[in-house]
Amino acid sequence: MATLIVAEHDNSELKPATLNAVAAAQAIGGDMTLLVAGSGCAGVAEQAAKVAGISKVLVADSAEYANGLAENVANLVVALADGYSHVVAPATAEGKNIMPRASALLDVQQISEISEVVDGDTFVRPIYAGNAMATVKSSDATKVITVRTTAFEAVAAEGGSAAIEAVDGKGDSGLSSYVGAELSSSERPELTSARIVISGGRGMQSGENFPLIEAVADKLGAAVGASRAAVDAGYVPNDYQVGQTGKVVAPDLYIAVGISGAIQHLAGMKDSKVIVAINKDEEAPIFQVADFGLVADLFKAVPELDEELGKQGFGS
Amino acid sequence: MKLLVPVKRVIDYNVKVRVKADQTGVELANVKMSMNPFDEISVEEAIRLREAGKAEEVIAVSIGVQQCQETIRTALAMGADRGIHVLHDGDVEPLAVAKMLKAIAEKEGPSVIIVGKQAIDDDSNQTGQMLAALLGWGQATFISKLEIGDGDLQATREVDGGLETITLKLPAVLTTDLRLNEPRYASLPNIMKAKKKPIDQMSPADLGVDPAPRLETISVVEPPKREAGVKVEDVADLVEKLRNVAKVI
Repeated sequence: MATLIVAEHDNSELKPATLNAVAAAQAIGGDMTLLVAGSGCAGVAEQAAKVAGISKVLVADSAEYANGLAENVANLVVALADGYSHVVAPATAEGKNIMPRASALLDVQQISEISEVVDGDTFVRPIYAGNAMATVKSSDATKVITVRTTAFEAVAAEGGSAAIEAVDGKGDSGLSSYVGAELSSSERPELTSARIVISGGRGMQSGENFPLIEAVADKLGAAVGASRAAVDAGYVPNDYQVGQTGKVVAPDLYIAVGISGAIQHLAGMKDSKVIVAINKDEEAPIFQVADFGLVADLFKAVPELDEELGKQGFGS
Repeated sequence: MKLLVPVKRVIDYNVKVRVKADQTGVELANVKMSMNPFDEISVEEAIRLREAGKAEEVIAVSIGVQQCQETIRTALAMGADRGIHVLHDGDVEPLAVAKMLKAIAEKEGPSVIIVGKQAIDDDSNQTGQMLAALLGWGQATFISKLEIGDGDLQATREVDGGLETITLKLPAVLTTDLRLNEPRYASLPNIMKAKKKPIDQMSPADLGVDPAPRLETISVVEPPKREAGVKVEDVADLVEKLRNVAKVI
């Protein structure tokens, strides 16, 4: 068996989600090759070569891969897939965009967001917002897979010494072009890989109240997330959303503030190690999954929490 | 310009699904079924484009059991012009769905196909991308904003870091995200009118597609249950427990 893993990066840095996808590939077994498709991405290829367990890095450094357009990257993946038993990518927005396109071109039924590897053909994946776990066996010659990153512990980013091999670009499809991006910039850790996440819901009442939880986040070195309700209401940008159709997180500590706990939200955070819920409604479903529940008005409790953490020396 | 909108019949998003005792799937008997919420957003966007004079016709397509006609009727009641139902009784996977939609697209010639980004039953998030690949069209997935021009379109996509804008040549496939629009409710007169709108029925064989699944479902089980924990008295109690009991801060 041999696995081709599509690396996630921004042309300067290899993204941590790649390391979780490599972990899934390792569980499948066999030789592992990392594909870095980008433009001016030589630095990423060097980082990729250091990832533990990788035997080869393929670098397609060409203008048509600068912005990760699905049409171009999928064509490259398809051109390189021959000889691999598995093609794997993290189930990030990028992986979800590219992989089904490549899968269809290979005439393969993709297996999305696997959470466990049973064997080379058989995988477990959550369905119905994680309310059921399906074990599925593929009969396709090549397995195309996206990986739920929170389900696989990242492999070490250092320690490997893979050979780097350049591959030619396959040209621009001419179907799509990149215009620009508005990316959120934050000093806080990235939501999907943070050790602690604090999220706000509809109970926050306004985006102007999010600094309350941001203050706590900064004391704890936490990332800030939100429920769909808070994003739909425009309190915070879309990239904050945790849930079935947003981001899936599994930090050591998840603090849900003013979040009722709809199944669609629970789908994105119920694998967190410790869950705290702060909500004034003691009947809120979030308390059914919380390890520690505080029934309180968040506008009183959150500033108190900030103060208490400050008193105990957090954030200093 | 024609618009094609696939709509899937799924367990209603408010229903708490139950795994069958024999582990073959989830309980579908006597469960409320609805249109996949992302497909409602797709239908809404298509109707708005027609209302804005950008498109002339909106065709809703559903693939599956006879009752999928109800899902198509919902789209027609929202304002779609006509329906296509591909009758199939077994499970159907995204790749086979994409192949059938491709065959329909080749017959109907839509300029844009608007697909929900994911169905809330199997959570695959594949069909739109696969359809774009099979047609050789460009794709804009997870869109929150759309402007259609002459021969091209501009779409804003929800990505992990924020928002990204791309342009596509027409024809193209789009997949819708939550913030694109807020779907309308069908009015009673429109529900009545929808009953008279035509629905064509066909089979996968009519479209030249073998719908046999590629994935065998070995089992479907419940996830590990998470037990409710304890209520804490106040903030000081919470911080104490996080430090000394859970040891996470």
